[in-house]
Amino acid sequence: MPSWTRGSVSVAAGYKGRTMGVLKDALREIRQYPSAIFGVFISFLLIVVSIYTVITVPYQEAIVLWRGGEDIWHNVPRTVPPVWTNLFRREKLPETIILDSRQGGGERTEEPLGQGKMITQVYTFDYQADDFPREINIFYTASFTAKAPFLSVKWRTPDGREIAIADVVLRPSGSFRFAQDEALLRRIRRLIGDVPVEVGLFTSPHPEGAPKPLKGTYQVEVRVTTFEPDAEVETELVIYGKVYGIAGTDHLRRDLKIALLWGAPVALAFGLLAALGTTVTTMIIAATGTWFSGWVDGLIQRVTEINMMLPFLPILIMVGTFYSRSIWVILGATILLSIFGSGIKTYRAIFLQIRESPYIEAARAYGASDWRIILHYLVPRILPVLIPNLVTMIPSYVFLEASLAVLGLGDPILPTWGKVIQDAVANGAPYKGLYYWVLEPAFLLMFTGLGFAMLGFSLDRIFNPKLREM
Amino acid sequence: MADLVLQTEELVLYFQTRKGVVQAVDKVDFSLPRNQAIVILGESGCGKSSLARAILRLLPRNVARYTGKVYLDNKEIMEMDEESFRREVRWSGISMIPQAAMNALNPVLRVGDQVAEPAILHVGMERQEALNLATRMFEYVGVPTAFLQRYPFELSGGMRQRVAIAMALMTSPQVVILDEPTSALDVLTQASIMNTLKRIKQELEISYILITHDIATSSDLVDHVAVMYAGQIVEVSDATRFFGEPLHPYSQKLLAAVPRLHGRQTLEFIPGRPPSLINPPTGCRFAERCHRRFERCDQEPPTLQVDGHLVKCWLYET
Amino acid sequence: MSESPIPSVSSPQESLLSVRDLRVWFELRRFGLGVAGYVHAVDGVNFDLGGSEAVAIVGESGCGKSSLMRTILGLHRPRSGRILFDGRDLSGFGRQELRWYRTRVGYVQQDPYGALPPFMNVQNILEEPLIVAGVGDRNQRRERVWRALEEVKMTPVEDFLTKFPHQLSGGQQQRVVIARAILMKPRLLVADEPVSMLDASVRVEILTLLRDLQESHGLSVMYITHDLSTVRYFSERVFVMYAGKIIEKGPIDSVVENPKHPYTWALLAAIPEPAAENARRFREVPPGEPPSLINPPSGCRFHPRCSEAILDLCNVQEPPEFEPEPEHLVACWLYR
Repeated sequence: MPSWTRGSVSVAAGYKGRTMGVLKDALREIRQYPSAIFGVFISFLLIVVSIYTVITVPYQEAIVLWRGGEDIWHNVPRTVPPVWTNLFRREKLPETIILDSRQGGGERTEEPLGQGKMITQVYTFDYQADDFPREINIFYTASFTAKAPFLSVKWRTPDGREIAIADVVLRPSGSFRFAQDEALLRRIRRLIGDVPVEVGLFTSPHPEGAPKPLKGTYQVEVRVTTFEPDAEVETELVIYGKVYGIAGTDHLRRDLKIALLWGAPVALAFGLLAALGTTVTTMIIAATGTWFSGWVDGLIQRVTEINMMLPFLPILIMVGTFYSRSIWVILGATILLSIFGSGIKTYRAIFLQIRESPYIEAARAYGASDWRIILHYLVPRILPVLIPNLVTMIPSYVFLEASLAVLGLGDPILPTWGKVIQDAVANGAPYKGLYYWVLEPAFLLMFTGLGFAMLGFSLDRIFNPKLREM
Repeated sequence: MADLVLQTEELVLYFQTRKGVVQAVDKVDFSLPRNQAIVILGESGCGKSSLARAILRLLPRNVARYTGKVYLDNKEIMEMDEESFRREVRWSGISMIPQAAMNALNPVLRVGDQVAEPAILHVGMERQEALNLATRMFEYVGVPTAFLQRYPFELSGGMRQRVAIAMALMTSPQVVILDEPTSALDVLTQASIMNTLKRIKQELEISYILITHDIATSSDLVDHVAVMYAGQIVEVSDATRFFGEPLHPYSQKLLAAVPRLHGRQTLEFIPGRPPSLINPPTGCRFAERCHRRFERCDQEPPTLQVDGHLVKCWLYET
Repeated sequence: MSESPIPSVSSPQESLLSVRDLRVWFELRRFGLGVAGYVHAVDGVNFDLGGSEAVAIVGESGCGKSSLMRTILGLHRPRSGRILFDGRDLSGFGRQELRWYRTRVGYVQQDPYGALPPFMNVQNILEEPLIVAGVGDRNQRRERVWRALEEVKMTPVEDFLTKFPHQLSGGQQQRVVIARAILMKPRLLVADEPVSMLDASVRVEILTLLRDLQESHGLSVMYITHDLSTVRYFSERVFVMYAGKIIEKGPIDSVVENPKHPYTWALLAAIPEPAAENARRFREVPPGEPPSLINPPSGCRFHPRCSEAILDLCNVQEPPEFEPEPEHLVACWLYR
């Protein structure tokens, strides 16, 4: 239709000018609604966070981090709550202490010894927490050709005791895990009592009642003896805390911050695209049907009625199970299934009224084409209903994505809030008292929902003054 | 002094809006003799509908000022508390046929039940008694009694307007306020409803306050004319005098703008627009558009008596 | 249209618009299954409208005057009959011709506020018909909008261009509607109750404006109203419509001073003129209400309400047009 192509070019330009005035008024009025300000604030915050995330942790990096294992996350404690939870505890949990020889984490002295040398690395740290660390490991890298270097570790407590930890022959790279050394465990049992290694090393011998951590300065002496001229050894002492970062960690030692940050752009994109895609398409279809009436309208109505009977969630679950769990496929399916929803009926009712307006009759009389009438005369009238509706729909799609993820149909690659919840539940977080793991993403979901809902409801009141209290 | 059924003294009703205080009704005095009809004539936005609301105390929430005195049957009603006002005045003393009343009927109730309702609520009739009265009222205003059982959409505009009239008469009020009772109707329907209103006035000894912008139609019913402009009454006169020789320049212009079927006078219009009621001029409010303006018009004109008629204009000061 | 099969009644030398035996029926559907009947909104209407001539079509609501008007505007398809504009039959118009026709006919509506899209400003509202008509150049469009606003005396123009309809008074809104109607320099203006929703003094302003435009542009005007009292100030001839038919047509003075059809008598008698005596007498109104257009009465459609009805004639046979006075035609058996 030639008039359509000609019309559509000017449509974009025309809308700008026409909706600007309306939007300007709306913005001016928005300031009078505290809930709107709150909603705008939240939405704005989410957008800022999303942009920040996408810039600081680019997509590829996020994927690598999130899918990475011990190689990336080795020095992070497993399933610990965020650091700030200490604020609410009387007995402060320890934070992780990482001392790395490559980063000058200790005092290094070297003496030549035969063909090789003896490296003494003394790590000193102050321990003030009210609880014991989660575990203690030493990671090392050793370069040598034939004869493996030899490592021995000594532990000095603030009260001057010295405990021999281990003597190990090194491999090119590896770790020494305190808790897994049977000899050390026996020694601790003899010296301190029947306690795990990480407790024994941080407490006084034979305490009365439950063991308490001994506060003060500890020293760990790591002595490496090499036997070749060029051999080199670097070590890293990690005393794992029981809190980590601003978001805590999961069962794979991953920092939840990554998932929670990336959850924002993913949720926003999903919510916005789904809401926008559905409402705009629904509106245009409803307008077209109403305007042309006859069989076009009938067909749209019947399709809508059939579609409204189809079970929405089960179909999505089937798509996820049998076809693809990619978030974009799910997004597409969501939009497709929601287009012919109750929105068609609502908008149709409104369009039926607008269709009879004298100004539409005038437009017909001066020869405006059908598409011009639909896009220029019908659609703008419904924007006051559509915009608040669209905003209020965003959270429901965000929740939908999360629900699917909780059901195990989350995107296999992208970290999202829903998937964090699913991981937490799958790993029994609620039963193990790891509430942060569930509550953090849940709070973010509700926060997002609340923000957009409040914004949507106040926009509704602004655009539809009839809802306002007299 | 004639037997007055309704009288207002310095009636004031201001509204608070975002832009400022709207002086919708500003010190309005008029009186209505028993079994007579007065028209409050004015253009849209002059405050005539607000005046009706002020008399009936049907106020929106944003009232900024509401003062003055209203006497119904020589009894002051402004000082009544809300409860006794509702019981003694609204409907039973003064009833109202609101603007576009024919479209104001509840679409899901049978018209008979709707008409019976004021009698049940305000007079305390039994339902059956009220329905019997409604039947008599329908006959009286010329609606077939079979229509009692119908829904509003099944009735024509004229019939619905008659239903609204029947409803206003159910409580045998002394005064009925008619707000644009015929404005959306065809001429024949309009004439026939005017006939009915006239007959009711004669037979039931009712007094009317007619609120309209339609001078020609109002002349069908009224004994007195009050002209309202920008929140104030600028002329009160009896109908014979008014339609022959109006006093206030605004009234003269208004009358000259009425198209006539017979005769060929050129129509006149009043240049300009009425002033905003938020900051009305301090002097005469019509001065800016008046063809007979002079210096004194910058001061607010007094309401003067000319042969027993009232006019708010400096021209008549002697 | 001398070759027209139906002789034209009063044919001015140049007739711009000729309507011949026009019928506009609307289907009544029975739940989508077949046709249950027809609303005979316009049922055999004939008239001619000369160039630069103003006629008024007077009738009550539901008499078919709006359907007649919409059909002439090309918004309804007639069931039968012909509409000739400048000698060309509307029914044969293709897309291009229809577009041309629509620039030749301007339309002024009753409710000025409803007639303007509330989300556009005056500039955009007035540019729309020009865009639709294919005036591509923006500056040219603005120029024409400007001139149209000057013509309807919305000056200074720049004050009004950016206003939205709700920021204008009723009279100003109606001026914008009129500006839109004359933008394309039409030859025919169809005005549907253009002043019925306005205050008395504004009403006169708008009527005067329309009259001036008609004279300065040499416009033909179809003025549709239920109010005979304004007709005199505006048109030379008047057509009275009742139940889908034109029952009387003639020069305005002749119809007003010497009406022929009993319905016209009633209509005229019902129109008040401001006079105190009005309050002391009752008006004569024919009983009943206008008939349903689904099953209109047989014979003369006014006969059930007519005090002069002739038994076995008026209720049986439809009256043809009689010409009791030159140029004054009436469809009533009283003049047989």
